[in-house]
Amino acid sequence: MSWQWFHRLGSPRWFYQKSSAWLPWLGAAALLLLTVGIVWGLGFAPEDAKQGNSYRIIYIHVPAAFLALAGYYIMAISGAIGLIWKMKLSFVVMRAAAPIGAVLTFVALFTGAVWGKPTWGTYWVWDARITSMLILFFLYLGVMALSGAFSREQSGDKASALLALVGTVNIPIIYKSVDWWFTLHQPATLKLTEASTIDPSMFYPLITMIAGFYLFYAWVLTLHTRALILQREWRTQWVRELMGTSSAARG
Amino acid sequence: MPGQGGARRAVRFSRLPGFLTLLRTEFILAARRRADIVNPLLFFVTVLAMMPLGIGPEPEMLARMAPGLIWVMALLATLLSQESLFRNDYEDGSLEQLALQSQPLYFPVLAKVLVHWLVTGLPLALLSPLLGMMLNLGAAGYWPLFVSLVLGTASLSLIGGVGAALTVALRRPGLLLALIIMPLYVPVLIFGTGTVQAALDGYSFGPQLAILGAILATAAALAPLASAGAIRISLEN
Repeated sequence: MSWQWFHRLGSPRWFYQKSSAWLPWLGAAALLLLTVGIVWGLGFAPEDAKQGNSYRIIYIHVPAAFLALAGYYIMAISGAIGLIWKMKLSFVVMRAAAPIGAVLTFVALFTGAVWGKPTWGTYWVWDARITSMLILFFLYLGVMALSGAFSREQSGDKASALLALVGTVNIPIIYKSVDWWFTLHQPATLKLTEASTIDPSMFYPLITMIAGFYLFYAWVLTLHTRALILQREWRTQWVRELMGTSSAARG
Repeated sequence: MPGQGGARRAVRFSRLPGFLTLLRTEFILAARRRADIVNPLLFFVTVLAMMPLGIGPEPEMLARMAPGLIWVMALLATLLSQESLFRNDYEDGSLEQLALQSQPLYFPVLAKVLVHWLVTGLPLALLSPLLGMMLNLGAAGYWPLFVSLVLGTASLSLIGGVGAALTVALRRPGLLLALIIMPLYVPVLIFGTGTVQAALDGYSFGPQLAILGAILATAAALAPLASAGAIRISLEN
């Protein structure tokens, strides 16, 4: 009995119906936190002594980078749940998480480059963290490409879940090796490590932004999952009824 | 013969001879498809010969780039040859037969990867000092280059095997295979070139080799398992 909730989670229909109730709250909370965080971070947080206003990009950059990494684990874990318990829903979540994570990784790389130009004088440096983010981006693209390559959906699900898991084993190794490689080829002119102690007046808006990004991620992931569920289950009775009633209500 | 007795103990005892049989079969198959052995090597040599034409023949510059160039080319040659790793067995149905056996798929996969390495990675490593000489690599780099390629290409074969198994059911997996496997090759590439660079700079290269060995040990334990899972997924397709 106590496992009932877990088995229910496997049903796309149950998730679709339940998430309808969560969505407005999730979206409202995400937008509220993001608005507060952006206004606070961009408008009211003090200027940095050395970098001036350009540092403010961390309010986008850091949360995006956080979720780019967390998103990979969310994708891999839902893939693993799908492989182990043969849950339809978790494969859908995995597929939905891949493009979102790739976009966030790209945002992190892009904002980093934009910030790097005024601060370091160059858009791109083969720094350890930048390089491992780039490789993470490629890992995301690989999972997306593989999941789309199979004509049979279930095979694509399982294959990309396995690839995501192999990537998970590799991420710490890749990160460490790139780190090591960077210390070997250290150009010694740039330091990514900003002042490690960040002032509370800059820290609170950042925390707000990170929380906002997490909620935003959850919101977008739910929306994308719902869209994929409808796409996959379009033959089933409940989706037809849903579509039928909504179009009837409109007409 | 493996698995004929039916009793579980007999199966366990016969695993090693079974593995040797698998190895011998793979060897014979590889020997009969000579092009699969020769083409990656030719690719390796030809592309490396293009490099000085592209970047200029200055000896100092070539010497600086040699370890990286040789390593990247070895990586590409391994990758290109990987596509056919399970392909023939998939097409003629013997992969399915292997998957139906009572024995785990781990050993057949390991045998295939081992033979793949023996016919591509090892010759690449043996050729590398010659190419190092052509690219003006310092003499101190020959031995580290060879040893790092021996260890590294074995890891590349193992890791690439996962990608080959994932894409074996697809009609034209070439570019997709490269896309999904390249990021996983990064650590091997870094420590491989690191070994040669350390030797050229006059440092001890033991630590890098030890890490390459550790990567190989981990890959040998885990990658065939992942490949076996991937083969079962591909066979369902």
